[in-house]
Amino acid sequence: MEYEAVIGLETHVQLNTKSKMWCGCANAYGAAPNTQVCPVCLGLPGVLPVPNEEALRKTILTGYLLNCEIPRFAKFDRKNYFYPDAPKNYQLTQYDKPSTANGFVEFEFQGGLSRVRITRAHLEEDVGKSFHFDRNSGVDFNRAGVPLMEIVSEPDITSADMAYEYLNALKDILLYGGVSDCDMEKGMVRCDVNVSVRPVGSTGLGAKIEIKNMNSFSGVRRALEYEIPRQIEVVKKGGKLIQSTRRWDDTTGITEEMRTKEHAHDYRYFPEPDMMPLAPTEEWLADVRKLVVELPLARKQRFIREYALPAADAETFKNDVALGNYFEPLAKQSANPKALANWVINNLRAKLTETNEREKTEQAELGIEPADLQLTTLADLKFPPAALLELVALVEAKTISSAAAQQVFAEMYATGQAPAAIVQEKGLAQVSDTGAIEKLCDEAIAASPGPVADYRAGKAAALNALKGYVMKLSKGKANPALAGDILERKLKA
Amino acid sequence: MPNALSLNQLSISELTGRLARREISAREITQACLDQIARVDGTVHAFISHNPADALAQADAADRELAAGVTIAQKPLLGIPIAIKDVLAVKDHPLNCGSKILGKFVSPYDATVIEKMRAAGAVIFGRLNMDEFAMGSSTETSAFGITRNPWDPARIPGGSSGGSAAAVAADEAIATLGTDTGGSIRQPAALCGCVGLKPTYGRVSRYGLTAFASSLDQIGPFTKNIEDSARVLGVISGLDPKDSTSVDVPVPDYVAALDGNIRGLKLGVPKEYLIGGLDPEVKASVDAAIQQYLALGAEIVDISLPHTDYAVATYYIVATAEASANLARFDGIRYGQRVDGADPLELYTRTRGAGFGAEVKRRIILGTYVLSSGYYDAYYLRAQKVRTLIRNDFLAAFKQVDAIITPTTPTAAFKIGEKSGDPLQMYLSDIFTISCNLAGISGISLPCGFTTNPKLPIGLQLLGQPFGEATLLKLAHAYEQSTPWHREKPGTLA
Ligand SMILES: [Zn+2]
Repeated sequence: MEYEAVIGLETHVQLNTKSKMWCGCANAYGAAPNTQVCPVCLGLPGVLPVPNEEALRKTILTGYLLNCEIPRFAKFDRKNYFYPDAPKNYQLTQYDKPSTANGFVEFEFQGGLSRVRITRAHLEEDVGKSFHFDRNSGVDFNRAGVPLMEIVSEPDITSADMAYEYLNALKDILLYGGVSDCDMEKGMVRCDVNVSVRPVGSTGLGAKIEIKNMNSFSGVRRALEYEIPRQIEVVKKGGKLIQSTRRWDDTTGITEEMRTKEHAHDYRYFPEPDMMPLAPTEEWLADVRKLVVELPLARKQRFIREYALPAADAETFKNDVALGNYFEPLAKQSANPKALANWVINNLRAKLTETNEREKTEQAELGIEPADLQLTTLADLKFPPAALLELVALVEAKTISSAAAQQVFAEMYATGQAPAAIVQEKGLAQVSDTGAIEKLCDEAIAASPGPVADYRAGKAAALNALKGYVMKLSKGKANPALAGDILERKLKA
Repeated sequence: MPNALSLNQLSISELTGRLARREISAREITQACLDQIARVDGTVHAFISHNPADALAQADAADRELAAGVTIAQKPLLGIPIAIKDVLAVKDHPLNCGSKILGKFVSPYDATVIEKMRAAGAVIFGRLNMDEFAMGSSTETSAFGITRNPWDPARIPGGSSGGSAAAVAADEAIATLGTDTGGSIRQPAALCGCVGLKPTYGRVSRYGLTAFASSLDQIGPFTKNIEDSARVLGVISGLDPKDSTSVDVPVPDYVAALDGNIRGLKLGVPKEYLIGGLDPEVKASVDAAIQQYLALGAEIVDISLPHTDYAVATYYIVATAEASANLARFDGIRYGQRVDGADPLELYTRTRGAGFGAEVKRRIILGTYVLSSGYYDAYYLRAQKVRTLIRNDFLAAFKQVDAIITPTTPTAAFKIGEKSGDPLQMYLSDIFTISCNLAGISGISLPCGFTTNPKLPIGLQLLGQPFGEATLLKLAHAYEQSTPWHREKPGTLA
């Protein structure tokens, strides 16, 4: 019998608000332990939570970006459990009335479009972080009370690769919406996976097994690549899977059972009495809708459609938003957006990367911390964006050859000088003077008896060798098309 | 005057007048309270602790402000010593909630009501005894010893704000703050013979009040008379950005509302409150009060609050459920007393086992049970539905009447130890006060007589509309001014 996997993901994302969820403490990564705390986020006696409106706004915005419904009534609940990193020993979360529900994410997968339904994206609070030393433990509460959004998918995912692509698509959407910095290394995105297996064609669900402790998207993929065959193996051998929670070990690459259903927590959820329910007004929602941005996939499709770009180029502009934003206004003015995209991706981006690498090395030598590096960005370029249009136009008009264009670009990148001025100054204009080119063609024919004979024997490609000779004689300035025409005429004569 | 009252026996209104006229100093008032504490608190034990030097320093600061021309209009509590229930956070003061579990905890911040009273010039002093985490009706569950009723030291002062009521009754403070979750202000006020006001839920910020039951708790004043109650309420009320359950309703001039004119106001008498356990002397006093209201020109209307019978059960589900979560933070990890263990679970078990008293444990267990998977719908959810019915009862009644009149308690103060072995009997002593918190409305208790032998205070309860404190105070004031009860002082301590 053939088996298939049924996978659902719970993705926790820290929102990039200025302050924490219930208090004014900074929501910032990397401060010394317990320096970003106050009576509220430490859960001292008598404190009360006041919801951060920015966090609510970013949650609703996420709802819109994930095509969710926005219920007109939502609330926070207390999820009760004792753990040293939980200051109140209950976590505020949205249990049965989330702020957003019933959406979907669309993304490219295996050459087509896939859709994963979103059950809900709800808001909750992050907890502190435990540290264990030789003889004791400590808790850093800087992270306690940071707004955390949980995005729950329906079990629409069928493979490890699909889970990986879904997560990347989700991350792109969150980055586009500006709701989270999604920095995995700083723990801003954390995933739990629910996976079960069933015979292909069956619609029932197998025992749901939850996997925890993956700290990267590739970790999720690896965990599933391990877990799915494991479950199929168990079932094929006639074994029985039971609902349980397993822990992924990134080093050994296996999952291990943590607890089974009988030991599941009873979280005793109940509505948070310290806060009023949330009832967003139409006016407020309309303001949030103004923050809705174009989704990554839509942007890619639009770039392909509107600028006739190859998919790979559009993908580049989807992933590098700044580069795409640099490209788009120029493309609207360009007669040849595809050529422009080539320049932006293959020349400009390459050059900028090269500059950044050099800057990194130089600044590292000066002892500057990685976080404080000052790198050149698209906004710091010495030439105005329109100069790139001008450069492409010069090539299009055959005023300069593409070889010369490379030189012009290098110069304008270095100095900011206008392309036309560079062409003039360096004498890079193509020679289209028939008399001058005729002379060079005669020289080339005289010096290349082999290719001449080949061409006359019917090998059309031999013309290229002669053309190259002419270009070399002209130091790259001869108009190659014109040279070709003249050579052809002379050889056929 | 041969029988002149000492300063600690005077009301806020009297003292602020004399301060304004520079007849007395704030230091003298505070000193008078401290002297009275030294004289009687060995018996009463209203205070868990107090810091005389700190109180006098605040009084001196008030005197300097008075000398600099600050007026009572600018700072309505300037120089008035007000003592605080041990459940409210006062910066740099101990905060124990009547419990062992907080150990040597000192609050690093002020509750909003404390900030407001400081801004109004009050001298904030002392930690008043209470039932542990406000769970109790007698102040017997405190980890800091029992508080005695100033009218009879063999009897309880009521609870949970027993220290707050006893301190006012024994003239150890001019006014005090307490909290009321199911009657914890009104019941001890009734049993100690002072005025206790429970404001509408949302009227006063709860920020800095260590929560027992978040959806029921309110902070309110204990005072020697109604006018003082109005003065303190005016100071502590209002929207607070730190408490999202506080409500943006304008704060009226409560003192100005005390014009004595209650002609035509309607008082409802709920038939469900004439229960079997009602003491005949209490009933007689309340009946006499009703007659007095008629004489003052009010109308008396028979009303019904049909869901009254379910109030106690509903209360003990909602309150304990919320408490089970609210008290989870007392775990020995971040602050308070810790009893170490091999792992977090053992640390929690030992810390909470040693730190909480029996009544608190009983309620945490009850609350945990009613929220448990499989029981939630039958208990918690159902209780919430009944709670709505109870609130609707009151809202319907308030379409007919301006306030509701009832006894505050079924009996006068009972003896120490009399009910502490029987939680259910203890819970039933709150039968008249509990509905008010479930409905989120306002309520006040004021003296309406005494039992004869022994002489113990009897309390009259008035229940008002949501944010109807001005009408409530006006009604209470008119009655108070036409009766002698509020002028009586307990004799045994003098
Ligand atoms: Zn904080």
